[in-house]
Amino acid sequence: MKTQKISLLSKALLLIVSALFVGSLFVPMWRIELQAPQYPEGLVLQLFANKIGGDVAIINGLNHYIGMATLHTENFPEFKILPIVFGLFAVVSLALIFIGKRKGVKLFLITYIVFILLAAVDFYRWNYQYGHNLDPDAAIKVPGMSYQPPLIGYKQLLNFGAYSIPDTGGWLMTGAAVLLLFIVVKEYHLFQKKE
Amino acid sequence: MKNKFVKAVFTIAMGCALLTSCKPKNSGDAVSGDAAQKAYVAPGKYDEFYNFVSGGFSGQMSVYGLPSGRLFRVIPVFSVDPEKGYGYNEETKPMLNTSHGFVPWDDLHHTEMSQTNGEVDGRWVFGNANNTPRIARIDLKTFTTKEIIELPNSAGNHSSPFITENTEYVVAGTRFSVPADNSNGDVPINTYKQNFKGHLSFVKVGKEGQMDIAFQIQCPGVNFDLSHAGKGKSHGWFFFSCYNTEQANTLLEVNASQKDKDFIMAVNWKKAEEYIKAGKGKLTPTKYAHNVYNESTHTATSEIKTQVLILDSKELKDICYMIPCPKSPHGCDVDPTGEYIVGSGKLAALIPVFSFDKLMNAIKNKQFEGEYDGIPVVKYEAALHGEVQKPGLGPLHTEFDGKGNAYTTFFVSSEVVKWDIKSLKVLDRVPTYYSVGHLCIPGGDTRKPFGKYLIAYNKITKDRYLPTGPELAQSAQIYDISGDKMQLILDFPTIGEPHYAQAAPADLIRNNGQIKFYKLDDNKHPFVTKGEKETKVVRNGKRIDVYMTCIRSHFSPDNIEGIKMGDEVYFHITNLEQDWDVPHGFAIKGAATAELLIMPGETATLKWNPDRVGMFPFYCTDFCSALHQEMQGYIRVSPAGSSVPITYSLGTNLPAPDKK
Repeated sequence: MKTQKISLLSKALLLIVSALFVGSLFVPMWRIELQAPQYPEGLVLQLFANKIGGDVAIINGLNHYIGMATLHTENFPEFKILPIVFGLFAVVSLALIFIGKRKGVKLFLITYIVFILLAAVDFYRWNYQYGHNLDPDAAIKVPGMSYQPPLIGYKQLLNFGAYSIPDTGGWLMTGAAVLLLFIVVKEYHLFQKKE
Repeated sequence: MKNKFVKAVFTIAMGCALLTSCKPKNSGDAVSGDAAQKAYVAPGKYDEFYNFVSGGFSGQMSVYGLPSGRLFRVIPVFSVDPEKGYGYNEETKPMLNTSHGFVPWDDLHHTEMSQTNGEVDGRWVFGNANNTPRIARIDLKTFTTKEIIELPNSAGNHSSPFITENTEYVVAGTRFSVPADNSNGDVPINTYKQNFKGHLSFVKVGKEGQMDIAFQIQCPGVNFDLSHAGKGKSHGWFFFSCYNTEQANTLLEVNASQKDKDFIMAVNWKKAEEYIKAGKGKLTPTKYAHNVYNESTHTATSEIKTQVLILDSKELKDICYMIPCPKSPHGCDVDPTGEYIVGSGKLAALIPVFSFDKLMNAIKNKQFEGEYDGIPVVKYEAALHGEVQKPGLGPLHTEFDGKGNAYTTFFVSSEVVKWDIKSLKVLDRVPTYYSVGHLCIPGGDTRKPFGKYLIAYNKITKDRYLPTGPELAQSAQIYDISGDKMQLILDFPTIGEPHYAQAAPADLIRNNGQIKFYKLDDNKHPFVTKGEKETKVVRNGKRIDVYMTCIRSHFSPDNIEGIKMGDEVYFHITNLEQDWDVPHGFAIKGAATAELLIMPGETATLKWNPDRVGMFPFYCTDFCSALHQEMQGYIRVSPAGSSVPITYSLGTNLPAPDKK
């Protein structure tokens, strides 16, 4: 019977995963790039674990034309929770090195995937709310028009093209997911030929 | 007989045709095939050089791109500019203060960019006021005038604002000699020789650009015309051309053109510094204004200074030497090595080129031919490197390409002539349209010229453009000088009348830390309003201070009541925008001043005296957004003694009380 203890390589990878979680605390996770004829240099909204960054003031200034609510970090409880969650993920990854059980890694991977799905739902929900909940007194009203940015990818919103993509932190977290998946696949010998 | 007659007519006709075809080709033919391509900068592309051009009698400085000749901006310097509120708003009025009070106009002839180690460094550009003598400093991070200093004991500041190779000094020389400020000026004009003096000013430039008159040198009464600093080996010396050494006080066109030779005056300013250290300068009472614009308060202040340090060229030997120079020299230009000094006698048929080494030798060996009013005159031949023979008629100015060539403009023969500095041989000549005055090669008066283009600034345009009545377009012309032959590639019109200009590589200016907008947090204007919540209207006797903000697309407050006849209203308007290219304007009906044009993060103040009872609209003048036409407001003016209280609001449309 094979041991359930994970390999040294997997432990090393878990250390990297932990570092990736810590790293993503400091860099933006997601970005929404906006482009318009008047903004050839482009505007960008960056979502960090703990704040909104980028050209927030300028975008807030523009939003008043269409009656979109202004964006303020303090209006989103997520920015208080996310740093704690990322910190916990980093600690769990470290703990798994010492626990060393593959089942633990599997459970963590499942939890992480569930978290990502929840985060996506949450992001969509906010996008929907800001894109649809418009001030009825707004100067520019286009019947049937909403200004919900895409969850991921490109969408034209009046004169602005909005491009929603992962930023550095998003890629770090994708890396974490890939490494965790790799560990699970390796430790459970999922793709090994049966002899 | 008939046959003979026909033959004769035919012969005469042929003769006429031949004569006509022998006539020189007109100016249009001077442009060769690829000129358009060389001057073409495609839409959305940048030019290679910035060109800072004097605006002459407009009093302003204009900024063009080279080689396209496109006008980017007119910087208000010595003249009021209602478009920008310059000289009209409370913040910039002090910039135009002088010992004569507020002066709304001047004549800007020369521009000179700051240098480090003899190379253009992209920090500032200076300009001279020719009428009421002053020097201005324009900051190239904002393209605005930051400082203006008046020059005492002077009249007609022409040989200015030329600088030393590390911007130690910016100089000024008086075109008109006049009785000194502390002497009695109420003397007969024909006592010129006894009472009139010429003063040269050396203005120290500090690390942040701040100007201060370090000293003036009192010289004999002549007309100082142009100047240039020594560089490299001749650093420490300054060269001024002077004419009217006949000391005429009337009909100068005749009386100041009598002598075969006038002078270029060589000034050893390092020696002058030594004399000052030794306490030889005399503090002399006078009056001059020093105006400084403070970027953090967005406000200028004017200070009247009351004394200046004078060195006497007659008493203190070894500062000044005269070099004879033929026929009323105008341009006085020093080549990139600092060895050759080119004097352009505007009535001379040759160009003398002096050697700095020979001049130093002549001074050392006392090769003097006499004295001029106490100043030693060096023997012409002793300082002469050589003469350019038959260069053209009426030489005025010379610039250099850094490849051993000099380019001199000729007013009378209307051409630019390229010649070799060492051999003094004429290499090429091209016509200008017409009667060129100054010329500019980027970096062409520094140690490091960028000899790719030459711009000629013309005095006469005649038929070059579509006519516009009696007053015609002013014009400049760009020549490609990268090859052996100069090639005309573009004509472009200019503002005012262009005199001297400077040019620098675009990247040097673009990447100098230019400001895109002012940070609202750093705004220390005494009447700043940093948010709409802080807006207010305050009455203090007859004075009303309106603390107003603007942001796309409204003013706050935009309804103001309680203003009365006889009130003096100050609109202090802060632009709350914090992004590039979002200025707002402010104009109010009947204002006897001008508009305000307020940059993001800036505060500007318009003083307004309501002239009648009634309703006064105000609005934004700079198309700022899709809702720009909605950016407006009203002020209600009531009779003096009215009981309407001060109220102000934004966004509340209160219904008027019902009258029953």
